[in-house]
Amino acid sequence: MVPVSYYLILSGILFACGVTGFLIKRNIITIFMSIELMLNGVNLSFVAFAAQWKALSGQVFVFFVMVVAAAEAAVGLAIIIAVYRTRETLNVDQVNLLKL
Amino acid sequence: MVHLILFLGFGAVCVAGAVNLLVQRHPINSALSLVVVMGSLAAEYLLLGAEFVAAVQVIVYAGAVMVLFVFVIMLLNAGEEEHTKGSRVAMIFGIPGMLVGSLLIAWVLLEHSGTAAVAVGALPGPPKTLGWLLFHDYLLPFEVTSVLVLIAIMGAVVLAAPPESARRRD
Amino acid sequence: MTSNLHLWLIPVLPLIGTAINGLLGKRFSRQMVSTIALLFSAAPFAMALWIASQFASLSAPHIETLATWIRAGDFQADFAFYLDPLSLVMLLVVTGVGFLIHIYSVGYMWEEGGFYRFFAYLNLFMFFMLTLVLASNYLLMFIGWEGVGLASYLLIGFWFTKDSAAAAGKKAFIVNRIGDFGFLIALFLMIQHFGSLNFVEVAHAAMSTGPSGGEELLTAIGLLLLVGAAGKSAQLPLYVWLPDAMEGPTPVSALIHAATMVTAGVYMVSRSHVIFEHAPAALMVVAIVGTLTALFAATIGVCQTDIKKVLAYSTVSQLGYMFIACGVGAFSAGIFHLMTHAFFKGLLFLAAGSVIHAVGGEQDMRRMGGLRTKIPWTFWTMTAGTFAIAGFPPLAGFFSKDAILWKAFSSPYGSWAYWAIGVFTAFLTSFYMFRLWFMTFFGEYRGEEHAQDDHGHGHGGVHESPKVMLVPLVILALLSVCGGWIGSQRFDKFLAPVFHHSDVYTNASIVVAEGQHPAFPEPETQKESGAETLLTGLSVGAALLGFLLAWQLYQRRPALPQEIAASLGSFYQAVLNKYYVDEIYATVFIKPLIEGSTKLLWHGVDSDVIDATLDGSADEAREVSDAVRHMQSGNIRSYAGWVAAGAAVVIFYMVWMGTR
Repeated sequence: MVPVSYYLILSGILFACGVTGFLIKRNIITIFMSIELMLNGVNLSFVAFAAQWKALSGQVFVFFVMVVAAAEAAVGLAIIIAVYRTRETLNVDQVNLLKL
Repeated sequence: MVHLILFLGFGAVCVAGAVNLLVQRHPINSALSLVVVMGSLAAEYLLLGAEFVAAVQVIVYAGAVMVLFVFVIMLLNAGEEEHTKGSRVAMIFGIPGMLVGSLLIAWVLLEHSGTAAVAVGALPGPPKTLGWLLFHDYLLPFEVTSVLVLIAIMGAVVLAAPPESARRRD
Repeated sequence: MTSNLHLWLIPVLPLIGTAINGLLGKRFSRQMVSTIALLFSAAPFAMALWIASQFASLSAPHIETLATWIRAGDFQADFAFYLDPLSLVMLLVVTGVGFLIHIYSVGYMWEEGGFYRFFAYLNLFMFFMLTLVLASNYLLMFIGWEGVGLASYLLIGFWFTKDSAAAAGKKAFIVNRIGDFGFLIALFLMIQHFGSLNFVEVAHAAMSTGPSGGEELLTAIGLLLLVGAAGKSAQLPLYVWLPDAMEGPTPVSALIHAATMVTAGVYMVSRSHVIFEHAPAALMVVAIVGTLTALFAATIGVCQTDIKKVLAYSTVSQLGYMFIACGVGAFSAGIFHLMTHAFFKGLLFLAAGSVIHAVGGEQDMRRMGGLRTKIPWTFWTMTAGTFAIAGFPPLAGFFSKDAILWKAFSSPYGSWAYWAIGVFTAFLTSFYMFRLWFMTFFGEYRGEEHAQDDHGHGHGGVHESPKVMLVPLVILALLSVCGGWIGSQRFDKFLAPVFHHSDVYTNASIVVAEGQHPAFPEPETQKESGAETLLTGLSVGAALLGFLLAWQLYQRRPALPQEIAASLGSFYQAVLNKYYVDEIYATVFIKPLIEGSTKLLWHGVDSDVIDATLDGSADEAREVSDAVRHMQSGNIRSYAGWVAAGAAVVIFYMVWMGTR
C-alpha cells in the first residue's frame, strides 16, 4: 500500500523540475516542455487526491487540464514559429526588444 | 508490496526523465525524455486505478502533443543551446526558491498526511462513469473547453501561417 | 406715522449712473457722459431736499428696512437706512457739495482722457458715501466705509500711468486699511458683547454696560473706532496718505479729501457718541489726537510750496479741530464745523483747481503771483474761502471754529490746553492761508511767459476758467459766507435729538448718577457769557495776527521769509520735509515688513517648504519608479524568475495558512 503522500512527493518533484527547467533553459522550446512537465506533475496529484477521497471529479479535472494543455501547446508552438520567422533565433535571451 | 515496488520503479523512471530533460542540451533529447516521463506517468495512473486517464495520457499527451513538439523542433532545425548570459534573478531567486519550496511541501505533506494508504486500483475510473460526470455535472466546462479548442485551432493556423509576401508569389 | 421715503433710492441712483457710464460710457460722447453723471448726482440732491422739507413730520429716528441681509442665530444685520437730524445734515452736505463738484468736474476734466471713467468713479464714490451716511447699522456703514476707500484709490490713481499717482493711490488704500483693521476689531467686540451692530441696539447696550462696570470694554471699542476714524480722516499717525492723495485731479481732492470722505471718521465718531460718552478715557484720547494733529499739520502747511499740498495739510488740521470737538463731547459743534469746512475747503480746492487751470498746470506757488487782475472771479471766490477758513466774522468758518474753541475751553471734558493749542493753530491757519493768498494773487507774476498747459491748446497766457467751473465756485463762496449764520446754538438745537435727548434710545434723558461722569454740554440756551466773548475776541485776534504776519512777509518784504528760513536752519529743514515722517515710516515699518516678507515668507515658507514639498514628492515618485523600473528588463528569463519567485511566496503563504 502506497501512502498518498508518496504520490504527492513525486508530483512535487516533477513540478520542481519543471520550474527549474523553466528558469534555467535558454531554448524556448525546452522552456515550453518544462511547462508541460509542470502540468503533468499537477495531473498526478489530482489523480492521487481523487483516489484518496474517492471522488471521480479529480479525474474529470485531469481531463480538462489535458485539453487545455494541448490547446496551449498548439498555440504556443505556433507563436514560437512566428517568432522564429522574425527573429531567426530560438534563444530566449535574444528576444529582448523591450530592453531599455 | 508489489504495489510499492512498481510505484518506486516507475517513479524513478519518471524522475530520471525529468532530470534528463533539464540536463540535455539539444532540445530533441529533452523532448524524448519528456515522452519517457509521460509514459511512466501513465503507468502511475494505472496504479491509481485511473484507466481512462492513463489511456488519454498516452494517446493525447505522449502521442499528439509531444509529436507536435518534435515536429516543431525538426521544422525549426533547433540546434544545441548556445551559452548566453542568463538572468541573475532566475539563478538567485528561482531555483533556490523552488528547491526550498518543494522541500517544505514534501515535509509538510509527510507530516500531515498520515499513513492513509491507497490500494492498487483504489478508485476505478471506467469511461462510462467519467462520461456520466462529464456530461452531467461538468457540462458547461466541457462545452467551454470545446470552444477553446476551436479557438486554439484557428489561432494556431493564423499565427503559424506564412507571411503575406511568401504567398503572393504565385 | 412713518411714511416710506424710499431712502434706498438715494444711494442707488448714483450707482445706476456708475453702471451706465462705466459699462457704456466709452461709446458715449462727452456730452452724454456728463449728462448722465450730472443727472444721477442731481437726483439724490433733489431727494435730499425733498426729505428735508418733510423732515418735521417724520418720526425720529426714521428707519427704513429694505431687506434682511444676515441672520445667524441671534445676530441680524439688515439693509436698513436711518434718517435723523445728523444723517440729514450729512446727506445734504454730501449730495449738495457733491453735485456742485460734479458740475465743476465737467469743465475741469473736459480735455482729459478717460472722461467716462472719471465720472463712473465719481458716481461710484457718491453711492458708497451715501450708503455710509444713511446706514442704520455698523455693517452697512462699513461697506460704505470700504467703498469710499476703494473709490478714493481709483480716483487718486486716475492717471495711473504716472508712477507717483499709482503709488499715492496704493498708499491711501493701504493706510486706510490699517485704520479699517481697528474698525473691524471694534465691530467684532460689538457683536460679541452687544450681539448686534444696529445703532439703536448698540446705543442701548452701551448705556447699560457703561455704568455697570463695562467701561474697559467701551474704552476698548472707542479706541478701536478711533483707529478706524484716524485712518479715514487722516489723523496722527495715519495722516500720511492725504498729502500724497493730491496726485489725483483737483475735483477729487475737493470732493473726497476735503468735503466728504475724510469727514466719514468724524461722522462715525459722532454716531458712536453713546459709546464715547461712557468711556471718558477714549474721549480724552480723541481730543488729544485731534489737538496734536491740528497743530502738527498746521506747522507743516506753513512751509509747503505746492498750492494743493498746503490745502491738504490744512484739511488734516481742520479735521483735527473736528476731532477736538468730538473729544470734548461737543459733537454737534464738530458736525457744524464739518459742514462749514465742506463749503470753504471744497471752495478752496476748486478755486485752486481753477488757478492751476489758468496758469496751465503749474502748481508751485513760487511761480505764481499777480493773478488777481487776470482771473478775477477765481480771485474773489478764493478770497471768500480764505477769510472763511481763517475764521473772520461774519463768514462761516468763524462761527464753527469759534464754537469748537469755546467748547474746548468750557466743556467738562475740555481744558485750557486744548483751547490754547487751538488758538495757536488758528493763528497758523490764518498765516499759511494768507501766505497762499498773497503768493498766488499778489505781486509780480513769476511764472513762465507762455505757459504751455496740459490741454494742448496753446493760449498765450493766463485765462479765466469757463463758466461751468465758475458757477460752483460762486455758489460755494456764497455758502462760505452765509453758511455759518444759522449759528451754533440753533445748529445744536437741531441736532439735539441725536446727541442730547436720548428719547430715541430710552424713554428718559441721560441721568447722572452718583459718582458718574459729569453731564454733557447741554445746548446753550442763554446768550454768550462774558468769558465766551473774551475768548472769541482772542481767536479773532489770532486770525488777524496771522493775516498781518503773512501780509508783512509775503507782500511788503518778500525777501524776509528766506532770511528767516535760513536763520532757523535745520529746524526749518525738518518742517519743510514734513518732519521726515514718511521716511521714518518707511524705515521702521515698511522696510522690515518687506524684508521679512521676502526672506521669511517668500523664500522660507513658499520656496523652501511648500514648493520643496511638492517638488520633493515629485522627485520621490521619480526615484521610486526608477528603482522599480529594473523589474522591466526586457529579459524574458528574468520575468520567468520573478514569476517563479512570486509563485513560491504565494505557495509558501498558503501552506503556512493551511497548517495553522
